[in-house]
Amino acid sequence: MLEMTKPEVTRRSDADETMETALDVQGVEVWYGPSRAVHGVSMQLPARRVTAFIGPSGCGKSTLLRCFNRMNELIPDCRVTGGIHIHGRDIHAPGTALEELRREVGMVFQKSNPFSKTIYDNVAYGPRVHGNKDRHALDGLVESCLKRVALWDEVKDRLKSSALDLSGGQQQRLCIARALAVDPRVLLMDEPASALDPRSTGRIEDLITELRDQYTIVIVTHNMQQAARVSDFTAFLYEGHLVEFNETQRLFTKPDHEQTNDYITGRFG
Amino acid sequence: MKRASTARDSVPVMVTSLGLVLILLMLALVMWLILSRGFAAFWPQRLEHFQLKDGSALLGEVWERLETPEGQRLRLRTGNREITGQDVQLLDMAEVASSSIPQDAVLLERHENGVFLGWLVGLRGPGLAVEGDGPNLRRNLDKALEHMEEVDGELRSLQEEARRLALKRGRWEEEVERGASVRRVAELEPRLEESARRLQLMESRLDSLRSAADLWRLDLRSADGATTDLPLLQVGRWVPANELGLVGRLGLYLARVGDFLSEDPRESNTAGGVWPAIFGTVLMVLLMSLAAAPLGVVTAVYLHDYARQGFLVRLIRLAVNNLAGVPSIVFGIFGLGFFIYFMGGGVDGAFFGHRLPEPTYGTGGILWASLTLALLTLPVVVVATLEGLSAVSPATRMAALALGATRWQMMRQVVLPNAMPGILTGLILAVSRAAGEVAPLMITGVVKLAPSLALDGDFPFLHLERKFMHLGFHIYDLGFQSPNVEAAKPMLFATAMLLILIVLALNLTAILLRNHLRKRYKQAAF
Ligand SMILES: Nc1ncnc2c1ncn2[C@@H]1O[C@H](COP(=O)(O)OP(=O)(O)OP(=O)(O)O)[C@@H](O)[C@H]1O
Ligand SMILES: [Mg+2]
Repeated sequence: MLEMTKPEVTRRSDADETMETALDVQGVEVWYGPSRAVHGVSMQLPARRVTAFIGPSGCGKSTLLRCFNRMNELIPDCRVTGGIHIHGRDIHAPGTALEELRREVGMVFQKSNPFSKTIYDNVAYGPRVHGNKDRHALDGLVESCLKRVALWDEVKDRLKSSALDLSGGQQQRLCIARALAVDPRVLLMDEPASALDPRSTGRIEDLITELRDQYTIVIVTHNMQQAARVSDFTAFLYEGHLVEFNETQRLFTKPDHEQTNDYITGRFG
Repeated sequence: MKRASTARDSVPVMVTSLGLVLILLMLALVMWLILSRGFAAFWPQRLEHFQLKDGSALLGEVWERLETPEGQRLRLRTGNREITGQDVQLLDMAEVASSSIPQDAVLLERHENGVFLGWLVGLRGPGLAVEGDGPNLRRNLDKALEHMEEVDGELRSLQEEARRLALKRGRWEEEVERGASVRRVAELEPRLEESARRLQLMESRLDSLRSAADLWRLDLRSADGATTDLPLLQVGRWVPANELGLVGRLGLYLARVGDFLSEDPRESNTAGGVWPAIFGTVLMVLLMSLAAAPLGVVTAVYLHDYARQGFLVRLIRLAVNNLAGVPSIVFGIFGLGFFIYFMGGGVDGAFFGHRLPEPTYGTGGILWASLTLALLTLPVVVVATLEGLSAVSPATRMAALALGATRWQMMRQVVLPNAMPGILTGLILAVSRAAGEVAPLMITGVVKLAPSLALDGDFPFLHLERKFMHLGFHIYDLGFQSPNVEAAKPMLFATAMLLILIVLALNLTAILLRNHLRKRYKQAAF
């Protein structure tokens, strides 16, 4: 296993700021019944940076991602062992409220999945669930979230119409706005742009770049260029093992591992 | 349709399409029969006068012309039941010497003994005596009938008042009998005396009203030449059937349909309306929905979302599906045994012990009938809700959970609204099934004539223990239990049509509602 060296960050203005760890993953294993999908993964994901998970299909990227907001628990027979700390808090500690954890760790899915409610109600759903019922506060929140995903201008005149009338790309941005509305610290994105056309994909990528200052973002992607464009760090997984975790620039130019090199150059087999 | 390419192909095509044609024919036949007769039931017909070869004469509405080997035969509604003993007669055209349509013949709709067909001869009342048919008599008849309507209204309200007073008295008496405190008895005794006096007053007022009304008489001549006089209070409406134009007939038709929908049945259900049966059907279906909907939805939610999916749940689903196929009379027997004898008996023992052995809840009533039907339709609701729930994609559920919603919040705010079209469709299918069900009701509380509606102005307003009337049972009663089958026939078809229209309307509502909600809660299409 690769011992992570804290890389120098040069691309960012706050380069000399000491990096805080948002997600501390220690020896996480995931089992689906008798078969092991993730083998002893350990890594420290820095706060307010974008980390990309790459790897061939079926290597366990989504499974690992779902560990961070404990969504794996919804799958019958799925078992997660190992330690995960988010901003120093053990998410498996007894007494941890799942609702609180998931408020702190938001998730955006591969397929956009807006509720069949109005655009407004989609964004307001999370805050309402967590007890925010004040109309004025909600109005402001909805507006700011939609603005942050650059959707406001497109939908401000039809907030009360169904979210399902939006285009696929708009729906996905709405889903991101919905996730932002509960003010999470970590945002998990599982191939958020894989079902979108290049233009919409571009917008989502711009959006991630916009959000990187305030959120710790973990993104799963099959698109190498995308990973290279949007992420600060990249983790390469292969058959459930973490092969390499490194600064993106370094991983894509001078990977430490032969396997990584083969994968990113497409010579994989 | 695609042309059958070979001879071998054409056989199955023919056989299958024949099946379809057969079914369509049957459906069309049933609908035509019921709709044509149902709609025709209240249509005013001409009165035809037949002079017979033996010298006698008949006046009647021709209901049917039957072709027999011996020649044409008519089914003639002659009315005048108290004179001839029957409403409808068969007449061989061979016996007829001549026939005509007399312009001045009239039809009287009466509160008793069906219709009277004949001619107006005279009108007598206090300070009034008109002889001979003419504009003068007819004008006075209209005026007198208006007066009779007022008297009738007064009689009814007086009777209602007396009934309520008697009811109150009954309660006070019961209280005294059950041993009220001395102070209470002292309080009640003067009230009892006062109310007895008031009741007597009302009785005498009723008597005087009736005898005053009885002075109004209408003299009539029937086809055989005999004259009779009728108390005017018995007459509801007089119709110059052969003088009516299309507009007049249409107006009368609508008025009769209105009566049918809004009046109580009379004369063993062969006349009057079906209002209590409509009311009973609707109220029972409403109560049934109140019981079946929550129970069915909760059951389905548990089975689909909370129970650990496995052999047991599959078995339960199978059982629920099979429950839908159990004959309804079996549910009726269960309702009789469980609801009426066990639960009703228990309620009586606990709360109505003073009335025993007279049962209150321990006998058929609208509550038990509704619960029995709720049980019967529960599978429909459960299956529909299960389908509705599985139509909500896992992605939608995940989205809610990932935002930090609890499972219950997810269920209530996201899943159930999305499943609503399915749930409502199931519920309305259940309702339309329950509206047409008769067998289980016959042993759980339906009657051919209920003395009072289950919802009225008497405290506590909703009387769930009461027996009730039901359109489906009403059809059975008219068709097979009526003392006067011929007179009941039009009512039978009209009632059948009404029930079919109600069920049709319910199904239509279900479809529209589902389509509307589907549009609103359409699934993300991607
Ligand atoms: N619900 C499940 N039950 C059983 N096995 C599962 C389940 N989900 C995933 N797996 C298995 O776990 C392994 C990892 O799956 P995962 O979905 O995490 O891969 P992935 O890297 O996200 O792939 P992709 O890039 O295709 O999305 C696979 O072998 C898969 O078959
Ligand atoms: Mg995946």
